[in-house]
Amino acid sequence: MSAQGQGILASYEYLDSTVDAIEGLKKAGFEDIKAFAPYPDHAIEDALGYGQSPVRVWTLVGALTGTATGFAFTTWTSMDWPLVVGGKPIVSIPAYVIIAFELTVLFGALATVIGLFVLSRIPNFKPAPVYDPEFTAGRYGVYVEASGDRLEEARRIMNEQEPIELREGEVAHA
Amino acid sequence: MATGTTERGALTHPDVQRLDDVNRDVLKILSAPGKGWWALFALAAAGVGLFLTAWIYQMVRGIGVSGLNSPVGWGVYITTFVFWVGIAHSGTLISAILFLFRAPWRQSIYRAAEAMTVFAVMTAGLFPLIHVGRLWHAYWLVPYPNSRFLWPNFKSPLVWDVFAVTTYFTVSAVFFYLGTIPDVAAARDRATGLRRKLYAAMSMGWQGTDRQWHHFGKAYIFLAALATPLVLSVHSVVSWDFAMGIVPGWHATIFAPYFVAGAIFSGVAMVITLIVPLRKIFGLEAYLTTKHFDAMAKLCLLTSLIVLYAYLSEFFMAWYSGEEIERTAFWNRLFGDYWWASWTMLTCNGLVPIMLWFKRVRHSIPALFVISIFINIGMWFERFVIVVVSLSHEYEPFAWGIYRPSIVEMSILVGSFGWFSFWFLLFTRLIPPIAIQELKEVLPAPMRNKRKEAH
Repeated sequence: MSAQGQGILASYEYLDSTVDAIEGLKKAGFEDIKAFAPYPDHAIEDALGYGQSPVRVWTLVGALTGTATGFAFTTWTSMDWPLVVGGKPIVSIPAYVIIAFELTVLFGALATVIGLFVLSRIPNFKPAPVYDPEFTAGRYGVYVEASGDRLEEARRIMNEQEPIELREGEVAHA
Repeated sequence: MATGTTERGALTHPDVQRLDDVNRDVLKILSAPGKGWWALFALAAAGVGLFLTAWIYQMVRGIGVSGLNSPVGWGVYITTFVFWVGIAHSGTLISAILFLFRAPWRQSIYRAAEAMTVFAVMTAGLFPLIHVGRLWHAYWLVPYPNSRFLWPNFKSPLVWDVFAVTTYFTVSAVFFYLGTIPDVAAARDRATGLRRKLYAAMSMGWQGTDRQWHHFGKAYIFLAALATPLVLSVHSVVSWDFAMGIVPGWHATIFAPYFVAGAIFSGVAMVITLIVPLRKIFGLEAYLTTKHFDAMAKLCLLTSLIVLYAYLSEFFMAWYSGEEIERTAFWNRLFGDYWWASWTMLTCNGLVPIMLWFKRVRHSIPALFVISIFINIGMWFERFVIVVVSLSHEYEPFAWGIYRPSIVEMSILVGSFGWFSFWFLLFTRLIPPIAIQELKEVLPAPMRNKRKEAH
């Protein structure tokens, strides 16, 4: 979804106007709608029709890699120089569970963060030509890509919900 | 200081009306600091100076400048290590466990609690390095392919601890950073000049788009779900540093839950200790209400009861087991050379928190502040009792001995509070110390059409 074309951005004061604007745009056949909000809101996610986030796959794969690494590494190093310590077997699985557990959490957490960065396209330092700094304070926003007649139609739908302001231009990234 | 017991409604923050009010109130903390902040910062910087001076002196002169000797080889350093790791725990409890349980009072305190976690682990992590004496050999703790093909002993609780504490530091730092991204973006949108550049880099281009929020929300839940067992494991592993040894007073199966409860107890107390001045200095009365302090006080009370139960069951088991050595060790705890340490522990952690049963105490912020200090002291002494008193009085009477902390050790202990406060004070001025974004989630969403509040 590299939104590099012509588009229009509306800033709203109210949550319900934002949701209504999104629904109105969807009904009119606009596809590439982007919403801005100062906090995560389910109403907006529902309006845009989000399903499960693939972040969970990253978490699972990372965590399982950690478990496997934990057991493999401790077992391998014990076999590499077999020394009996404290009368325990050379490969003492109960003791290694702790290392495997810690690495499960460590790898799982790091993979989750990497997954989040990849999926939400951050870091991204390209300046956004159309952005309202109030989106991190108290305003909601709706952006849609359109040009010509479609732009006018989008403007009409957005105006129905009484936006605080409308800006034309492009939003740099997802 | 408002100690109001006025009835507040079902809303968590009844005095906060609009979403952008949160930005205004929280972001103003980041602007000009008052005299109070500078005074505290100077004190903290002096503490860091003391800390480094004492540590460098010990590195130059050798570990002999500490009071550590046979039979007490683990003294103030290990005690303080366990203390700071314990402090860290309630931050993760508030930010991860209470997040999963959807506790409605965590939003305004969790950022400060989480920062406390990161800085407390940073402080704790230094103590094993101080304790081993030769800092330049500290990398031996890490498994790396070396010229002698030797690997760490993964059957040793001390190696488990290295893994537990480094994982805990990494995960809690990442969790903390991730949570700050939307708030730092909010700070960026209001800042100018150098600060704006700094915040732009730190927030990595966050704009609050639907896609960002969608993945952010899920990633946050998964991180919380990973951090929850982690926090319980870390202090369990720390407790096994002791419980895996056969020292009377250490070798007990109750240790893991006992340590975890103690950690949360001390950590919540430390959150109260930190938040009371924060609220006062930055005027955050609308965000940190008696509701929050009441909830934290109840958490303190609960964990205090668990900890007291653990103390009593330890004494009971020593008597009931009929083990001569165990009985002697626990008799020595109460009436031996270190009786004052044990009685301080029992008074501060068992008796003082009884006051929290009373609603009037829970609703009085000065009273809570004082009680929280008592708990902090008591919990440090708890670790002192476990570590030092047990080691000083093991099996053989000819090997009994007394340990006196040296001036160097005490300087490092006092200095560690300066080191911790130094980072915490910087944090309050650089990153919004109250989570702007999460607070907005619990405020009523602005609606043009009031009838449509279905969501």
